[in-house]
Amino acid sequence: MSPEFIIASIVTIIGLTTPILLAGLGELITEKSGVLNLGVEGMMLMGAISGFVITALTFNPWLGVIGAAAGGALSSMLFAVLVLQLNSNQVATGLALSIFGTGLSSLIGVSFTGRIVPQFGSIFPDVLAKDPIWKLFFGYSPLVYFALIMVPLTAWFLKSTRAGLILRAVGENDHSAHSIGYSVTGVRYAAIAFGGAMAGIGGAYFSMVITPMWAEKMTAGRGWIALALVVFAGWRTGRLLAGAYFFGFLMWLELFAKANGFGPSLPFIQAIPSQFWAAMPYVMTVVALTLISSRGNVGASAPACLGKPFLPST
Amino acid sequence: MTTLNRRSLMKAVGAAATLSLVGTTAHAADKVKIGFIFLGPIGDYGWTWAHNKGREAIDAALGDKVETIYVENVAEDASAIPLIRDLAQQGCKLIFTCSYGYMDQTLAVAAEFPDVKFEHCTGFKRTDNVATYNSKFHEGRAVLGTIAGKMSKSGSLGYLGSYKVPEVVLGVNAFTLAAQKQNPAATVKLVLIDSWFDPPKEAAATETLINLGCDIVTTHTDSPGPLQILEQKGLYGFGQGADMSAFAPTAHLTAIEDIWGPYYVQRAQAIVDGTWTSTDTWDGMKEGTVVIAPYNAAIPADVVALADAVQAGYKDGSYDIFTGPIFDQDGVEKVKAGEIMTLEQLATIDWFVKGVESAS
Repeated sequence: MSPEFIIASIVTIIGLTTPILLAGLGELITEKSGVLNLGVEGMMLMGAISGFVITALTFNPWLGVIGAAAGGALSSMLFAVLVLQLNSNQVATGLALSIFGTGLSSLIGVSFTGRIVPQFGSIFPDVLAKDPIWKLFFGYSPLVYFALIMVPLTAWFLKSTRAGLILRAVGENDHSAHSIGYSVTGVRYAAIAFGGAMAGIGGAYFSMVITPMWAEKMTAGRGWIALALVVFAGWRTGRLLAGAYFFGFLMWLELFAKANGFGPSLPFIQAIPSQFWAAMPYVMTVVALTLISSRGNVGASAPACLGKPFLPST
Repeated sequence: MTTLNRRSLMKAVGAAATLSLVGTTAHAADKVKIGFIFLGPIGDYGWTWAHNKGREAIDAALGDKVETIYVENVAEDASAIPLIRDLAQQGCKLIFTCSYGYMDQTLAVAAEFPDVKFEHCTGFKRTDNVATYNSKFHEGRAVLGTIAGKMSKSGSLGYLGSYKVPEVVLGVNAFTLAAQKQNPAATVKLVLIDSWFDPPKEAAATETLINLGCDIVTTHTDSPGPLQILEQKGLYGFGQGADMSAFAPTAHLTAIEDIWGPYYVQRAQAIVDGTWTSTDTWDGMKEGTVVIAPYNAAIPADVVALADAVQAGYKDGSYDIFTGPIFDQDGVEKVKAGEIMTLEQLATIDWFVKGVESAS
């Protein structure tokens, strides 16, 4: 394998990883506040269509990304009102949001199918961005760098800021947080909106970067992988980054194993059916769950109030 | 003031009765319902989009006599059964199930509704009320293979497919054999992604094929995603199911267009006339079901001539890519020199020809 091949493959893996990393970071914050939002797939599709429509109308992909974030966040607000205001079941409501987002994005997208939108130019000069070696660092869409910057920012926010501490307090013990005067509902609204915005940007990566077009259900289940990723990561930012790249690597390995066929390299990959690689992200999630759960105290790293409605006694 | 006596009341009731009677007659003489089960979204700009164009052709030709309804995004598993049954219960007299994976589901529902006629696309199991129809996409693949074999510099071609079903195997084989006629050393790297429609996976698979040295990639999945990747990389590919040149004006060399309209209109007319019988139709270029989209200007004139010769050969019956000798991947001779594979052999093919590199 030549260095060019390895670099080109890493570029492919980063393309596979970025949307689930973005959506995973958003869901991580949402879950840290104690809310389980299973609607990631729907929010990603809403983001994908919002970003596409705004770009198609304004011819500006930067506005498109803002539109994608807004589209994802707005659709998450439906979920937020239901689970925070009306205390509906989070699992059922999240699933409903996924179905709703899929349907609504298809409806909005009817008149945008088959249209072409302007794409992000590369933010670095072509000498670097198009170079077969340097493109490893400089050849990506701005959204890739955005996702990578958001990882340490999210970690810093959760660990070192007062707002992050409050968010975690709300997720770990909502009644205590409430009793010392924090607005549990308000914090959760913000966390859900952030999760929706990030899922929306993740969705826009599909409709604006990988394949700049709109097609119904174009996220093809990546929202569910993002959900699995958060669990796999044990609600930790660093592990989320590692997990996202691991999942991306496995997705690439499936395709590589198939395309490599009877090629000379890596005979051990051919010995294993490609379906095995296709199933790996999910198998690894089950393994991670088992490991987390078997550490004695079940679900030690999951926020204690995850999925529970907040019903103040006063 | 109108006085309401018995006679006027009778008149009014009579008039109302007549009115409602007229309404019912109009309704009964109303339209024959025809249902469609679609694999993908009608906006996929590929396979399902082309079938939906066929459905619209029925509306245009027979709109006063028939009414068409459809269900899209139907999975090729047991969940298709209630959806097909639902179309039958809604009163459809003819139901098209538009993908290979609906075969047994179509037969199961057809057994429950002997008075409803079914048409299963790309399948091979027929009963009294289940017909099959197919299109010789592989004729189009032979044209694409001819162009790719001649234009590829590396001799390494990529083929992005969905599942190992006869339609895809035929496409891969026709493409490979035609490419080898132009370049005997040509090989085809095949990736089957286990989905008909998954733009991000199609895109990543295309990138992987390119990274492995393929300079032309043809797609047998349904989105224009792979073409957009080829456009970004400055390489060439082909559209699937429909002309996709809008998505990749430079990369799109040509496309196989599926034209279902004439067949659908003919079968709908047969239902209206009461002359429908269970048949097996397998049309191709000759009948106009498989059409090659306009050529990209990037194709040199001599390659255009070669591609046109294949098309002409299929139209007059002088060309068949499945003419022996044909060897399988292990080098075993599957078709003897001079023999032509029969339609039955084609419909159930499950082996790849020599030169196809695939682990799946």
